[in-house]
Amino acid sequence: MTPPQRQRRQPVPEPPEGPPQEDGKDVERLYVISGADGERAPLDLVTLIVARAEPPSSATPEQTAVLRMCRAPLSVAEISAYLSLPFSVMTVLLTEMLAADLVQARAPIVRQKIPDRSLLEAVMHGLQRL
Amino acid sequence: MDFKGSDTIPGPRSEDHLPHTTTAAAKIVIVGGFGVGKTTMVGSVSEIRPLTTEETMTQAGIGVDDNYGSESKTATTVAMDFGRIRISDQVVLYLFGTPGQERFWFLWNGLFEGALGAVVLVDTRRLEVSFEVMGRLEERGVPFVVAVNTFPDGPRYPVEDLRAALDLQPEVPIVECDVRRRASSRDVLMTLMRFLHALALSRSRT
Repeated sequence: MTPPQRQRRQPVPEPPEGPPQEDGKDVERLYVISGADGERAPLDLVTLIVARAEPPSSATPEQTAVLRMCRAPLSVAEISAYLSLPFSVMTVLLTEMLAADLVQARAPIVRQKIPDRSLLEAVMHGLQRL
Repeated sequence: MDFKGSDTIPGPRSEDHLPHTTTAAAKIVIVGGFGVGKTTMVGSVSEIRPLTTEETMTQAGIGVDDNYGSESKTATTVAMDFGRIRISDQVVLYLFGTPGQERFWFLWNGLFEGALGAVVLVDTRRLEVSFEVMGRLEERGVPFVVAVNTFPDGPRYPVEDLRAALDLQPEVPIVECDVRRRASSRDVLMTLMRFLHALALSRSRT
C-alpha cells in the first residue's frame, strides 16, 4: 500500500501579516481594541504575569481576580483560561494593569536562529523527571 | 462578568502555583488534523489539568440571506488546549495543541513565531490532513518532528516510506507513539528537544 505524497516547502522570508482571505470571506477578530495610545503591550501566550500589589479598592472585579491569581507567576494563557476571557481581551486588560503598575510581566523565551543549548538541556532534564 | 455570586475564586489550585523564582516560560506547539490526538497528548504530559484558551472571530456571511437585510456576521469561537510542565525553579514549558485549521493560527499572537519547535501528529489513516500544517511550519521556519500516533486499525508504513511520502529532510525525526501514555508523549518531546539540540550544534558550527 502506498501512502499519499506530499511536497516539501521552503521557508518564506516574510510571513504574510494579518488574517488570510479564504474563499473571498473576511475573517477578522471580533475584538479589535487599542489602548489610549493605540498600542498593545507585546504580550505572548506565555508571558508570565506577577501581581505587584494587593487589589486596590478601585480595582474592577476582573482586575481583582487577576491580582489574586497572580500572587505566584501565571501565564497570560492560564489567566485567559481561568477567567474564560478571549486572549485578545485578556491582553487589553493586562496592558491596562501593566500601565497602572499593578502587575509585572516576565518576557517569554522565544526561538532563536541558533537555539540556546543550555535551555534545551535544561528542558531535557526536566522532561526526564516526568 | 460577575465573580461576586460565586464562592469559588477563579485561579489555579494551590499545588499548581509556580514558584516565585520562575523567570520565563517557553512554548512548544502540537499540530495535526482534527481528531489525531493533540488534546490527548497535551493531557497525558501536562502537570496541570489541561486548560483551554479561546479566541473569537467573526466571519462575514457572503451569499447568506439575512432577514434584516443587513450584513450578517457569525462569530466563531476557536479553542486551544494547553498544558504545562515545570522544567526547573526558573523555567516552565507550555504545550499548545493548536486548532487544525491553520487559518485560525493568526488569532494568537506569536503562537508559532516564538515556539521552540513543533510536534506534527499524524494518523496513517489520514496522512494527507497533516500536509498543509507541515508546509506552513516549513514556510515559517519552525523546526518540527513527526509523531505517528498509532491506531490499531491504521496502516503501518515503514519509516522510510513515510519519510518519502511526507517529503521530509533526512534529519527530521519520525517517531511512533501512543499519545494516551505519558511516557510515550514525553519521548516525543524528548525527540524534539534532541533534534533542536542537534540543530543548535550544526548551526553554531557554520
